[in-house]
Amino acid sequence: MSQQAECPECAANVSLQDDVMQGEIVQCGECGVELEVVTGEGLALQVAPEVEEDWGE
Amino acid sequence: MNPRIGILLSRIRVEEKLLLGKFQERGVAVEILDDRQVIFDLGPDGARWKAFDLILERCINHSRALYALKILEDLGVRTVNTYQVGLVCGNKLETTSALVRHGVPTPRCKIAFTPESALRAIDELGYPVVLKPAVGSWGRLLSKINDRDAAEAILEHKETLGSYHHSIFYIQEYIEKPQRDIRAFVVGDETICAIYRHSDHWITNTARGAKTANCPVTTELNDVSVAAAKAVGGGIVAIDLLETPDGRILVNEVNYTMEFRNSIDVTGVDIPGRIVDYALKLVAQADTVPAGR
Repeated sequence: MSQQAECPECAANVSLQDDVMQGEIVQCGECGVELEVVTGEGLALQVAPEVEEDWGE
Repeated sequence: MNPRIGILLSRIRVEEKLLLGKFQERGVAVEILDDRQVIFDLGPDGARWKAFDLILERCINHSRALYALKILEDLGVRTVNTYQVGLVCGNKLETTSALVRHGVPTPRCKIAFTPESALRAIDELGYPVVLKPAVGSWGRLLSKINDRDAAEAILEHKETLGSYHHSIFYIQEYIEKPQRDIRAFVVGDETICAIYRHSDHWITNTARGAKTANCPVTTELNDVSVAAAKAVGGGIVAIDLLETPDGRILVNEVNYTMEFRNSIDVTGVDIPGRIVDYALKLVAQADTVPAGR
């Protein structure tokens, strides 16, 4: 059974896999924003950091 | 005894999750080291880091990766990739210099430090040329300059709007490639697979929407890719290659924290598994070889 968390951008329910990890990046199916899984009281989501100049491969 | 492995990362993308899963499949516990949380004490903190048999670097920030690798290397901690590989691959000028030094075929390149000399260099190379930031990835801020008017405009914009970093002018010959480039994945001494990246746009990064397809690893492709990997210091690298109209293969860039999520299905190669096996093999070899690399 997948877990649910609220998108902080659009308040949609985002389904998370059972093996989801803290720090994992997921995408909101409603608004498309990239989200990072954080832990607090249970699992929560926050908007993932924006791309910085030296990001890459 | 199980090796102590760390994975230094900025966030857990598809690639990192696949790597963690492969370590788990092999029964190896991995400690996640979030680069937003770690603190390196350059004094007496070394023992914490020296306890690792190997740290796999997967940072998304080049600067964080580079500094962390430098500190770990100075502590004698084995890393994949090494600081030297990060240093060379993270900077296009360093990469091209290493490729040229080792006789690896690469597009012609000129470096200039002022807009005036850059304009002369562009004129000498002939239009079109590609102007790139020395440090940058995912095809960002690349300029294909088709004529002198465009060259003058872009150089003026760079001088006026850019940071000093953007006044190191890396100017590359434009290669008329066949609506695609090649990305070859090298692990150690072998090109384990390769993909074509197709795009109608001259920039063919998958981060910019290019479509991928399997590219057979010919002897020529393997040889030039492995030569490029060795030129930058070896390890696990992704080589971007361009096909010229006269049939040559030129090495464009080398990436040291490669993304591979779009390349597993099309190639049928277990890229994260091969990366993990390479790392574990290095650890096994370290039992008999000192970590001096």
